[in-house]
Amino acid sequence: MNQSVFRLTLPILFGYLPLGMAFGVLFTTQLDYAWWAAPLMGIVIYAGAGQILAVSLLAVNAGLLEVFIAMFVLNARHLFYGLSLLGQFKGAGWRKLYLIFGLTDETYSLLTSRPRGTDRGHEQEVDFRITGFNQCYWVLGCAIGALLGNNVAFDSTGIEFALVALFIVLTLEQFKALGEGFPIWLGAAAAGVAMLLLPPAHQLIGAIALVTAVLLLEYRKSRGQTPREESSHG
Amino acid sequence: MGESGYLAAFIAVAAVATFATRVIPFLFFERHTEHPLVRHLGRYLPAAVMALLATVFLQRSADWSGTWMGFDALLPGALVIIIHLWRRNALLSIAAGTISYMAIQQAGL
Repeated sequence: MNQSVFRLTLPILFGYLPLGMAFGVLFTTQLDYAWWAAPLMGIVIYAGAGQILAVSLLAVNAGLLEVFIAMFVLNARHLFYGLSLLGQFKGAGWRKLYLIFGLTDETYSLLTSRPRGTDRGHEQEVDFRITGFNQCYWVLGCAIGALLGNNVAFDSTGIEFALVALFIVLTLEQFKALGEGFPIWLGAAAAGVAMLLLPPAHQLIGAIALVTAVLLLEYRKSRGQTPREESSHG
Repeated sequence: MGESGYLAAFIAVAAVATFATRVIPFLFFERHTEHPLVRHLGRYLPAAVMALLATVFLQRSADWSGTWMGFDALLPGALVIIIHLWRRNALLSIAAGTISYMAIQQAGL
């Protein structure tokens, strides 16, 4: 099982290692704290953009309330991810807490896109390992970056495009699995609107809120045609 | 002591805030797993989110002001789509896109 999980998560390895290293390098070169605080943050916080924001907050000794609000707002898009995984994580027992904790953009993408069998317990075990592998890559990247500091020898410029490519591949896979183009165009259009109207820090949450709003409207419309069924679910 | 105490508190607060964004839907909607609205979102939200992540991060990977006018990322992105539609091998598509993007970026054109 570990071998197929490794294959599945390989694109994430290519993305998380350099991005984690970028965070680690930033952490040791900008701050005076011990190097191991960087992988520690990867273990207990585990958020890419969030940790990079954390470096700038640490640099100015930000107040803890400010830290809470900044991290919550930056990661608010995750609020919507759980909504589509309620059923999938149901009955996962002790694993569930970790599955929820490790729900990054990339893990969410893999967990919602991969083909699933009928053995629920087995599939949840695979989900669990995917989440664990991904976090290992991230923590490893944080540690290497923090230890090496500015002495990174290998020119890995651009390797983080692996995550963009992964999102593109998963979009195609979602399209094939659904057989409908509507959500794909909706997502791309919402991203376009958000990028035109919002500053970079709020584009993801803006686009995800917009997508969710349209899906809710569309749900109401389709329910409106069969009002009896809606009232029965009251 | 003050320094490391602050760092420990900082990490704890950041961890709680991040975890909160991930756990809230499970705390408030768990009992409604079978509700048709939750099923509707579960069916369409992932595809829409994937498309918007791809769009936003593709746009951010591109240099829109230089001589490439965005094509430094759009070409590798198109390559990913073409190779994936052709062979449908995720690792191959991702590797081809990433290597071509790295080559373009490191050539420094």
